[in-house]
Amino acid sequence: MKEFFDMGGYAFFVWWSYGIVTFVMVANVIVAKMKRKRIFKQLQELSEES
Amino acid sequence: MMQFIHKYGSPKYFYQWSYGWQRWLTVITVLLLGFGLYQGFFVAPPDYQQGESYRIIFIHVPAAWMSMFVYMVMAVSGIVALVWRIKVAEIVIGESAVIGASFTALALITGMLWGKPMWGTYWVWDARLTSELVLLFLYFGVIALHGAFEDPRTGAKAAAILAIVGIINIPIIKYSVEWWSTLHQPATVAKFDKPSMHISMLIPLLVMALAFKTYFMALLFARTRTEVLAREKNASWVKEVVEQES
Repeated sequence: MKEFFDMGGYAFFVWWSYGIVTFVMVANVIVAKMKRKRIFKQLQELSEES
Repeated sequence: MMQFIHKYGSPKYFYQWSYGWQRWLTVITVLLLGFGLYQGFFVAPPDYQQGESYRIIFIHVPAAWMSMFVYMVMAVSGIVALVWRIKVAEIVIGESAVIGASFTALALITGMLWGKPMWGTYWVWDARLTSELVLLFLYFGVIALHGAFEDPRTGAKAAAILAIVGIINIPIIKYSVEWWSTLHQPATVAKFDKPSMHISMLIPLLVMALAFKTYFMALLFARTRTEVLAREKNASWVKEVVEQES
């Protein structure tokens, strides 16, 4: 297990790479979901006004 | 052809047919990512020269491929938007630019993190790295132009022109490792003779590349669907959708 996380001494580079990629890909999904929620709220307000 | 484009590009019909695609692509992405990461970390052996550090390849190369693939998707929708004035294509330009920019940034960052232990430096101003950085700025330009006008359709037109002109950068990136001397290694997979990579390393690489592709398509559908609703807010079908889903 320790060996796995150590990545043959390259832990810093391997795990930062995977960490940043994970962060950006997850953030992209969350941003898209938040925008969808926001737009839906605006559209609901719009239809309540009319 | 034109009939096809007009049918699938009509905002209402697009919103309907894209839902199933988005769902399935999301499921496939999760499965592929799981399989690809397992293969990449637990099945593929360490490299005989680079040790464990080469495992960055399973995200670096897919991200770099996607940075160019997304650009082509964006440029082709630019052509469709300019020629046929398809609203959905206009939206796709802006939405794919955001995703493309993040893949380009990831390709650059993972490349730097791989370059440091292997080349001894995070960055060199060589042709491959510089042209990929130019690609990032092209994406920024497209995003900025897309949102720079009062009328989003004018913005889409301007962004489309920049996207199309910027295609010139894609072959430069692809062949930069052959045309100029560089620290960056030449292509190992996308070349005419057999890929010079063992099958146990090639499988996770290709699976991850496919996973990134389905991820992109699912996210592009999701983002485009939201924007279609926002742009068509006065259409009666949008009101029906909002009533149904709330």
